Amino acid sequence: MSGSRRHWWDAWLHAAPTTTLALFLVPIIVGLVATWIPAFGYLPALGGTTLSLDPWRRLLDAPGLDGAVRLTLLTGLVSTLVSLAATIVILAAWHGTRVERAIRRLLAPLLAVPHAALAIGLAFLLAPSGWIARVLSPWATGWERPPDLLIVQDPNGIALIAGLAIKETAFLLFMSLAALQQIRVHDDMTVAGSLGYRPFVAWLKVVLPQLYPQIRLPIFAVLAYALSVVDMAMILGPSTPPPLAPLILRWTADTDLAMRFVAAAGACLQLAIIVAVIAVWAMGERAVVLCLRPWLSSGRRGGRGWAPRVLSGIVAVSFALLAAGAIAGMAVWSITSRWRWPDPLPTDWRVANWSNALPGLGTSAWTTLVVAVIATVIALALVIGCLEHEQRHHVRPTNRAMWLLYTPLLVPQIGFLFGLQVVLVSLDLDGGWAALIWSHLLFVLPYIFLALADPWRALDERYQRTAGCLGASPARAFWAVKLPMLLRPVLMAAAVGFAVSVAQYLPTVFAGAGRLTTLTTEAVALASGSDRRIIGVYAFAQAALPAVVFCAALVLPAWLYRHRRGMRR
Amino acid sequence: MTAGAGTLRLAGVSVRLHDRDLVPSLDLTIAPGEVATLMGPSGCGKSSLLAYLCGALSPPLSASGPVFLGECDVTRLAPEDRRVGILFQDDLLFPHLSVGDNLAFAVPPSVRGRQRARLAAAALAEAELDGFLKRDPATLSGGQRARVALLRTLLAEPRALLLDEPFSRLDGPTRSRVRGLVFEHARRRGLPTLLVTHDAEDAEAAGGPIIRLPGWENGA
Repeated sequence: MSGSRRHWWDAWLHAAPTTTLALFLVPIIVGLVATWIPAFGYLPALGGTTLSLDPWRRLLDAPGLDGAVRLTLLTGLVSTLVSLAATIVILAAWHGTRVERAIRRLLAPLLAVPHAALAIGLAFLLAPSGWIARVLSPWATGWERPPDLLIVQDPNGIALIAGLAIKETAFLLFMSLAALQQIRVHDDMTVAGSLGYRPFVAWLKVVLPQLYPQIRLPIFAVLAYALSVVDMAMILGPSTPPPLAPLILRWTADTDLAMRFVAAAGACLQLAIIVAVIAVWAMGERAVVLCLRPWLSSGRRGGRGWAPRVLSGIVAVSFALLAAGAIAGMAVWSITSRWRWPDPLPTDWRVANWSNALPGLGTSAWTTLVVAVIATVIALALVIGCLEHEQRHHVRPTNRAMWLLYTPLLVPQIGFLFGLQVVLVSLDLDGGWAALIWSHLLFVLPYIFLALADPWRALDERYQRTAGCLGASPARAFWAVKLPMLLRPVLMAAAVGFAVSVAQYLPTVFAGAGRLTTLTTEAVALASGSDRRIIGVYAFAQAALPAVVFCAALVLPAWLYRHRRGMRR
Repeated sequence: MTAGAGTLRLAGVSVRLHDRDLVPSLDLTIAPGEVATLMGPSGCGKSSLLAYLCGALSPPLSASGPVFLGECDVTRLAPEDRRVGILFQDDLLFPHLSVGDNLAFAVPPSVRGRQRARLAAAALAEAELDGFLKRDPATLSGGQRARVALLRTLLAEPRALLLDEPFSRLDGPTRSRVRGLVFEHARRRGLPTLLVTHDAEDAEAAGGPIIRLPGWENGA
C-alpha cells in the first residue's frame, strides 16, 4: 500500500513543472496565434477567408488611434517611472527605520485592493463632485456647485497615472522588500557607513545596484500592465479617445462584426508597443548605468538626506491617504441615502442599499468566490508540486524559466484574450466555469509562485531529513512537518492568489462571455452609471472580499500557533 | 532493552563531490554499543558520509559502497526504512508541535492510540523531563532541547545512531551531561554509533576507535 501511495506522490511531483508550464503557456500561445491570424483578415466564422493587410489599414485609419497610442505611452511610462522613483526613494530614505517597518505592514492591505475598486474609490474622492471638493467647498474653493472640470477622466490621463502609481508603487515596494532579503543589506550598509557614507547615498550606491537586477522582471510586468490596463483606464482615464487597450475592447464589442478584425490588429499593435517599450527601457537602463558609474566611485558621501526623506514621506503619506480615502468613500457611499453637495457627509443613511442590491450582488459575489477559491487551490497545488520537485531533484529555475513564469504578466491581456475567446467560442467553451477558472489561473499561478518560492526554499531541509530518519515517509514528512511549518507563507500566498483572481477584469469579460459575471465586471460596468450608492456597494464588496481573506491568512496561523514561540517570526 | 540489530559495517564507502573523492574508500565496522569517532577538517566529507548512511545524500555530492546493519544491506533502502537515527548540531525539534507531539511523531505506527502518548511521557520521565509533554519546544533550555531531540531519535527504535556534532552548541557542564546521556543510551540499547566531531574531548569521551579523514587540501 505504501508503495502505491509513494508512486502516486512521485508521479505528482514529477508532472507538476510540466503541467504548470503547459497550463499557462498553451492558452497564451493559442490565444496569440488566434489573435494574429484574424489581424491579417483570416477568420472564416466572420467571413474572412483570405489573408490581407486590410485590418491594419483600417486600424491605422481608425479615428482616435494616434491619440490612444500617445495616451497609452504617456500614462504607461509616467506611472511606471513615478512608481519606480517612489519605491527607490522611499526605501533609500527610510531604510532600517520604523517607517520602513510601518510600510511593510501597510503594504498587504493596499496590495489586496483590486485595481477597479481603487479606481472607483479614487473617482469618488477626486471628482469635481467628489469628497475632497465637498470638504473644501465652498469655504476654500468658492464653488457653490460642482465645477465643470475634468479632474477624473482628464484628457492627459493624470487621474489614471495617479491610480496606477499608487497600486504599482505598492507592488514594487513589496517585490523589493522580498528581494532585499536575499541581499546582505545590513552588512553592506554597515561597511559603507564605516567608510563615512550617509545612509541615503550608501543605499543608492551599494544596495540599489544589487537590488535592481532582482526587481527587473517585476518592473517590466508593471510597465506591461500600465501600458495595457483596461479596468482602471475605463474608470479614471479619458474616453475620447481612451488609451489603446480600452479602445480595442470597445471594438471587440462593436455591433459591426468587421470591427473584430480591426480589434485583432489593435491587439497585435498593443503587444508590439509593450515589446518596443521594454526594449527601449532596457536601453535606458544601460544609459543610466553609464551616466551613474562615475558617481558611484566619485567618493561623494552625501548629505544628511533630509530632502529625500521629506519628499518620499509626502509621497508615501499622500498615496496611503488617497487609498484610505478611496476605500472609506466607497464604504460611505454604499450606506448613503442622501448626500447633498457640498455637505462633507451624507445627511441620510440607508443600510438597505445593500439588501436592495442583494439578488445581483449575491450571484456575482458567489461566482467571484468560487472562481477565486478553485483557481487558488489549483495554483497552490501546482506551485507546491513545482517547489517540491525542485528541491527533490536539486534543480533551480533558470533565468529563462523565470521569464516563462512572467509571461502572463508581460503579455498584454488584450493581446491574447481576444484570440483565446475566438478559440473558446469555436469549442463552445466560452461562458463556462472551466474557461473562467482557467483564465484566472493564468494570472494567479505566477503570483502564488512569486509569493511562496522564497519562504519555501528557506526552510531548513534537515527538518524533512530528520522526519525521514524517524521513519516518516516523504509524504508524511511533507504533510506533518513541512506544510504545517510553512503554513503562514502558504496562507499568505493563497491570499495573494485570491486577491489576484478577484481583481481580474478582462479575463472575466472574455471567458465569462457575459454569462458569468463577478463583482469586478459588475463594478466596472456600473462605474459609468450615475448612482454612486449602488457603485459603492459593488466596489466596496469587491475590495472587502480579498481584505477578509488577507486578515484570515494573518490571523489563522497566529491563532493556531499561539503557544508555539518558534513559529513566530 | 536491546533493540540493536548488530554491527554497522561500511564496506569500502567513498564520497565524491563532482568527480573528486572526499572520502576515498572507508572500511569500518562498529560493534553494538560501540561509539566510533570520525574526525577531520571542515569540508572533508564527514557530514556527507552521515547523510549517505541515512540515505539523504543530495547532488552535487555522491557516494558509493555498501552499508550493512547486521546482516542486512541497507544501501538501497529509503531513508524511512533504514531505521538509522541521526542527531544534528541543531536539535531540529519541529517548532509547530509540542514536546509530546514531537516525541509521538517518532513512535512507530505499530503502536496505536493512547499508548503513543504514554511512551512519550515515559521517555520524558526517564530523562527527568516529567511534565514537559505539553510544552512548546521553543521555551526549553538548550540542554533540555538536546535531550528531547535524543529521546525523539530513540523512540523511532533505530538500529544505529549517527551523531553530527550534536554537542557543539552546548557548553560546560550541560555539554558533558548530554554527551554522557547520549553515549549511555547508545550502549544500553546496543546501538552501533558513529560520532562526527571537531572536539578531542568528545572523541575521548566516546571511548571507541577514532578515524581521521584527511582534508582534500592535504592531497587525498
